[in-house]
Amino acid sequence: MTTAPGSDRSDGLRLSGISKVLGGRTIVEKMELQVSPGELLCLLGPSGCGKTTTLRMIGGFLNPDAGRLTINGVDHTHSKPERRPTAMVFQNYALWPHMSVAKNIGFGLKVRKLSADKIRQKVDWALDLLGLQHHRETMPARISGGEQQRVALARALVLEPEVLLMDEPLSNLDAKLRVQVRETIREIQQRLGITTVFVTHDQEEALSIADRIAVMNNGRIEQLAAPAELYARPRTTFVAGFIGTMNTLDVGPAGGGVPLDDGALLPCDTFSGAAGDVCWIRPEDLQITEADHAGSVRAVVLRVIPRGHYREVLLQSHGSTLRAFTDGEPDVEQIVGLRATNALVYADDALVQDDEPARPGRAVRAVADSGDRG
Amino acid sequence: MTAVEVQQTPTAPEAAAAPAGTGGLLRRVLGRIVVGVLAVVLLVFILGPLVWMALVAFSKRWKAPALLPQSWTLDAWRNVFTTTPLGHAFMLSLIFAVAATLGSALICLPAAYAIGRSNFPGRRVILLGLFATNAFPKMGLFTSIATLFYGLHLMNTALGVVIVQLLGTVVIMTWIPSAAFAAVPPSLIEAARDAGAGPLRVFFTVTLRLAAPGISVALILAFLACFDEAQGSYLVGAPTYITMPTQMYSLVENYPEQAAAVFALVLTVPSVLLLLLVRKHVMGGHLAEGFQLR
Repeated sequence: MTTAPGSDRSDGLRLSGISKVLGGRTIVEKMELQVSPGELLCLLGPSGCGKTTTLRMIGGFLNPDAGRLTINGVDHTHSKPERRPTAMVFQNYALWPHMSVAKNIGFGLKVRKLSADKIRQKVDWALDLLGLQHHRETMPARISGGEQQRVALARALVLEPEVLLMDEPLSNLDAKLRVQVRETIREIQQRLGITTVFVTHDQEEALSIADRIAVMNNGRIEQLAAPAELYARPRTTFVAGFIGTMNTLDVGPAGGGVPLDDGALLPCDTFSGAAGDVCWIRPEDLQITEADHAGSVRAVVLRVIPRGHYREVLLQSHGSTLRAFTDGEPDVEQIVGLRATNALVYADDALVQDDEPARPGRAVRAVADSGDRG
Repeated sequence: MTAVEVQQTPTAPEAAAAPAGTGGLLRRVLGRIVVGVLAVVLLVFILGPLVWMALVAFSKRWKAPALLPQSWTLDAWRNVFTTTPLGHAFMLSLIFAVAATLGSALICLPAAYAIGRSNFPGRRVILLGLFATNAFPKMGLFTSIATLFYGLHLMNTALGVVIVQLLGTVVIMTWIPSAAFAAVPPSLIEAARDAGAGPLRVFFTVTLRLAAPGISVALILAFLACFDEAQGSYLVGAPTYITMPTQMYSLVENYPEQAAAVFALVLTVPSVLLLLLVRKHVMGGHLAEGFQLR
């Protein structure tokens, strides 16, 4: 965990033991989460994992059955949405269709009984921030999806919330726009230093926008870590399978390599742990070499999928099908050599992490070669 | 002639199946003709009685085989406007209809909101129950209502007429607005709460505003139903309170058919005017203003 529960002047958002049961099913179970001031935290997980329920509890649209929720030290466990210093950006934008863009943005300020001058000033600030000045008097139905999304964001930001909540805000946009709006969101979030909780089921989105990611599964946080850490050392097989691509070999490491289907060893430089029951290898951790290269195992190329600046290669080696990313250009049906640089070892779905990463690679390379024969 | 062509259509596609070009054209032409014939039939069906009524209103003598009256006159119009208290009846109709509509709105809209936006036990039973009241013959209901009204001293009172008219609008005033309330996307309401508005403010600025087109349709339908309501108003109000439709009852009985035709035309005027007035609001896409939400 990167954050220790320090009692700074500003505490950020804190969930302690939050649980929610809906229709007899536990949706969120004893959740512990702390979001530091100015941090963008992603709740990532498959549908039904409880990420949206968690967000709705933070926003006040659902009441937790147990636990405590504080925002900058103030208890908001059961306060109503209109009393919370949070602002939500909804998945479908939820713009009021009978109000112009400016009225949508200014509504919350009007409710707060600000003067007309002050409202205009703040709405202008928000319109400028998101490049929406030309749509000031337009009705929401007349602007594009990306612009509606920006209006929704402006409407939330203009209230200067202590916590910004975003519920899959990009899922209704097409791929290109999604990246564009994502960068806008991140840029503004950092400029304003606003504490943000961002819900998504898209791992790529989470990896590219978040300071930290909480991967959720069955109402629990499986792992809470910075994107790079999460990718490099997924602590459970669930996280490992959910983030990025994996070669999943259902055997533990043996003799400095990973046994393939017929028992031949795939040589591997490093393992996260010495013993376990499965070895998972990232495609970029598989190296394609010349056939019969020292410290490699024979493999045949099944398919080559161009991915722009790299190629995804499907290989068959001793009965196992493996996936590798490479800069080279192997031909289909070519015989190549294959070796792994790093394998993640799991025992009972949990990452086996030895204090000193085991490095049996060099010593046992000979063994790996002999394994290649048999 | 057209009838013959229409009868040929079933065989035509089979014959034209092989040569696609001319067959497709033939089929399209025949399709157009069928649609055209249906449109004419529909037009005659809807407008025919009105045209006939208008002709009757101006006719002096009209015997069966002739397509048009043999002689014309304005006598019936003069008669109706001079011998019946038309202005008074019109004002009464208007007052009763407005009062009944507003009363109905006051009673039914909160119910519609509850039915539309919350899922309490018995919700479906209430909805179906309201609907079922329309299954019984009106006259039978009015007779039992009359016995009740005698006991409550509501016979021959303005309040009695308003209540009897109101009862007929309950279904419209509950079903349509409840659907309108239910159609307001929950996220729009949540977004307003999120922005800091309390429940009442959210109701008036978002929920009610977005349900308004549906509610106005219900108001218009209820008003027209009240304005045209004759049986109950006659039973409860006559002879003290004579509205336009009840006036027509006595006209049909006591005057030649021309007078009734004139009165029927006069009676349609307010309804048509009202519909023309709100046409733009109801049909001008205001219902569709709430853009696509999932």
